[in-house]
Amino acid sequence: MNVLVDRFDVFAGGFWLTLQICILAGIGALLIGTIMAVLRISPVAPLRAVGTAYVTVFRNVPLTVVLFFSAFGLPALGSNARFLDVPGLNVVFSRLGTDLPYFRFAVLGLCLYTGAFVCEALRSGVNAVAPGQAEAARAIGLTFTQSLRYVILPQAWKSAVVPLGSVIIAMIKNSALAGFFGVVGDLSQTADSLVSADGLPLIPVFIGISIGYLIMTVPLGILLDRVERRVATR
Amino acid sequence: MTTTSSGQPLIVMDRVNKHFGSLHVLRDVDLTVDRGEVVVVIGPSGSGKSTLCRSINRLEPIDSGEIRFDGQPLPAEGRALARLRSEVGMVFQSFNLFAHRTVLENVMLGPVKVRKEKPAAVRERALALLERVGIANQADKYPAQLSGGQQQRAAIARALAMQPKAMLFDEPTSALDPEMVGEVLDVMTSLAADGMTMIVVTHEMGFARHAANRVVFMADGQLVEQAPPAEFFTNPRSDRAKDFLSKILTH
Ligand SMILES: Nc1ncnc2c1ncn2[C@@H]1O[C@H](COP(=O)(O)OP(=O)(O)O)[C@@H](O)[C@H]1O
Ligand SMILES: [Mg+2]
Repeated sequence: MNVLVDRFDVFAGGFWLTLQICILAGIGALLIGTIMAVLRISPVAPLRAVGTAYVTVFRNVPLTVVLFFSAFGLPALGSNARFLDVPGLNVVFSRLGTDLPYFRFAVLGLCLYTGAFVCEALRSGVNAVAPGQAEAARAIGLTFTQSLRYVILPQAWKSAVVPLGSVIIAMIKNSALAGFFGVVGDLSQTADSLVSADGLPLIPVFIGISIGYLIMTVPLGILLDRVERRVATR
Repeated sequence: MTTTSSGQPLIVMDRVNKHFGSLHVLRDVDLTVDRGEVVVVIGPSGSGKSTLCRSINRLEPIDSGEIRFDGQPLPAEGRALARLRSEVGMVFQSFNLFAHRTVLENVMLGPVKVRKEKPAAVRERALALLERVGIANQADKYPAQLSGGQQQRAAIARALAMQPKAMLFDEPTSALDPEMVGEVLDVMTSLAADGMTMIVVTHEMGFARHAANRVVFMADGQLVEQAPPAEFFTNPRSDRAKDFLSKILTH
């Protein structure tokens, strides 16, 4: 078990990179998922179709394929990480000190994939709100977006928060795949290189890696339980 | 008690038709409601009373014919439709108060968000309305903490807060325990006496008799018969109305 102590810096580095991927992809997935959920419930048929198409694609294609495509497919199609040079994001990336093309591609792939599940969690929350609520909102003259904002989403949130948490936890675990698509130095790739390149014993390394993931997921699970209880009592 | 109507049409339905799939729920409906008039709609379950009500603020779009409110055809969608809806109050059988907001917040939401009125002024008006419907002391409670009768009175206050030109009531007392029906009907009767234009779907014959100007009898999507309440209840002309009345009056 000395590996954990001797190579603590390597583990910590891997943890930090994975945490970065997860925070960025998590924020992105929540944004994309919310937009797609609004599209899917909008009264405009073509918008609904866009949302449905998005969810159908990204929910049904394996994450491996999505990551493969964003890491190797996009560059092969002549795209580089430049298209991800969104002004605000650049500041974030340079602050993080991590800005490799693969890192951006991994975040993008994870975002798109997780966004589909965020969308469905939100939509199931919206469906759980009694239909009379939306009718009453429309009847007093609220527009579609106003009734979402002031009436539907605040209530949908209550039944969506727990499934959303599960989606994010699944995303953290899914981020492990990113290491196999060239994100150098995240937790899963760290494990791989410590074992196969440095010849370190397999079991301690993987215990260390598991601890890394648990540090991210367990507190989130506990937080979720708390939120669930608070939401239920109101 | 019955106030006279003004003779100026506020709601006009002109040969309105509506289908749900193959089901023809509104058949060539012609109905004119004058300013200040109170019209009670009765008829068997499934005859299209709710659909009629809901078509007036376009919660249900119609297939053909025309509906005009205050001289204007109903807008098809968007902000214009939202504005129209804000001028027509609607009260539902199942109350539909916003579950995550207090009674006071329910009443204030429309004026503040739709009309962009100042919250302080709206608050005063909302409290006065809650006073009027007799639940001022419940202002800070959530809907689930109120009795059915109190919830329905809160829903009436919420609709009135928009200062609507007309009010639609779709079986407002049908979901209530019998002892709470009276308190809601009292509020509606006082509204009628104040000259509010109202369309009320109800089987409360007492309310129809002393608060309505006119009773409209509906069956199978058609307006079969209309008459002042005294005339309709004592001397219905159509067989369907006679049959219907004999069923509900013997209960
Ligand atoms: N959204 C809907 N979709 C399909 N059928 C409906 C819908 N709403 C009402 N209907 C049908 O239309 C008919 C009239 O309904 P409704 O207007 O609710 O009648 P009432 O209020 O007089 O009981 C009924 O047969 C009902 O089943
Ligand atoms: Mg009905």
